[in-house]
Amino acid sequence: MRVSVPDTSHHDEKGKGYPMKVELEADKCVASGQCVVAAMEVFDQDDDGIAILLTEEVGDDRLGDVEEAVAVCPAAAIRLVRP
Amino acid sequence: MRRIVVVGASAAGLATVETLRREGYDGTITLVGEETELPYDRPPLSKQLLAAEWEADRLALRTSADLAALDLDLRLGVAATGLEPGTRTVRLADGSEVPYDGMVVATGVRPRRLPGEGAHVLRTLGDALTLRERLSPGRRLVVVGAGFLGAEAAAVARRLGAEVTLLEPAAVPLAHAVGTAVGHLLARAHVDQGIDLRCGVTVTEVTEEGVRLAGGEVVEADEVLVAVGSLPNTEWLRGGGLALGDGVVCDEYCEAAPNVYAAGDVARWYNPLFGTSMRVEHRTNAAEQGMAAARNLLAAPAARRPFAPVPYFWSDQYDMKVQAYGFLRGHEEVAVVEGDLARRRFVVAYRRGDRVTGALAVGMPPRVLRRWRQAIATEADWRETVRTEARAVS
Repeated sequence: MRVSVPDTSHHDEKGKGYPMKVELEADKCVASGQCVVAAMEVFDQDDDGIAILLTEEVGDDRLGDVEEAVAVCPAAAIRLVRP
Repeated sequence: MRRIVVVGASAAGLATVETLRREGYDGTITLVGEETELPYDRPPLSKQLLAAEWEADRLALRTSADLAALDLDLRLGVAATGLEPGTRTVRLADGSEVPYDGMVVATGVRPRRLPGEGAHVLRTLGDALTLRERLSPGRRLVVVGAGFLGAEAAAVARRLGAEVTLLEPAAVPLAHAVGTAVGHLLARAHVDQGIDLRCGVTVTEVTEEGVRLAGGEVVEADEVLVAVGSLPNTEWLRGGGLALGDGVVCDEYCEAAPNVYAAGDVARWYNPLFGTSMRVEHRTNAAEQGMAAARNLLAAPAARRPFAPVPYFWSDQYDMKVQAYGFLRGHEEVAVVEGDLARRRFVVAYRRGDRVTGALAVGMPPRVLRRWRQAIATEADWRETVRTEARAVS
């Protein structure tokens, strides 16, 4: 089965000069802390371990770290979107 | 490199293809998945999904727009059946052949089964939904195997009101993984919740009435869940020139053969941080290893980096969240280094040789455990790191 998914994005423009927005679904968070390990300027954890956003916007300098956090989050609770 | 095939469309395969694009690779990516669903997350299957707290749509790892942006040649619902290293071609179950310049194997594992028909296993979304339909108050569920998966499913079933019997061959559940003291503590939680936990019990087969034990006794059940570990999906690679041995055997770069890498549950690679080869069936490792394999596949030989992670896993059991870092198997000593086992708020550290090689926490603030992760990552000396007053447990 070949699957095609609708293309509604513009990933080729991602991160070129303007900040990206970080979205966190806290109720999905499993408190692994992997995001803090990947991007400690952007994420922290509360006392129960649930992830907290320290900033909602990231520029090119931290984009790589946040992309890493998106990828390693074991709960798929983090997304990077264009504002 | 113009054509990359990634076989396996779950967490490791997805992380691989995302990283390939993020690193700037703009050639063809074929992503092959045996299941028909778009990539979804498996840990909630034995947790929120089984408990009916979440529905299947919450398990999607990416939106269809995110996937579309990756510009994939996506082949779902079709298994890979063979590898031809001479022509560098992957054969698929629908008869098609996909040529590659580079390949990543991320075909995961499948549940080990027992003789006899009619038992549930818990690996796919379909498995979880089928079992969920059969769990209701008063139903008798026998879970074979008190590892993390079996224990989580038993906990959920009990909370849903099922009568649960948990059968475990070892004297103490999970002792080989987390040590006897922590194993006892997790076992006690089951008993406290009204689960009939029987250890030192070997199940020989699934029968119409339930399961038969080694001594001949039958434990009756309405439903049986077999959770006795898993087997790496490597059969399709036989004759493909790769070393297979409890997984796809890889070097420290996750490379199995020139331009062929493996990632996730199926990969057995040499982790230089621990000086041993390992195969890790944890969600976080799938993502990290997929990223590492993708980067090394694209990198010039001198720019490749060994994959030397500190493994991480978590497990939800009743009100306890268990979190662990490191490589706990084969540990030689366990010590309580923070908190108190009896209060179910603690960190225990694991020693192998003269190093801190693992840490496991229940009910502790995250910063505390992160310190121990750091100790593992920096190969901290046991005697310098673990205070002398720390209480040794078994």
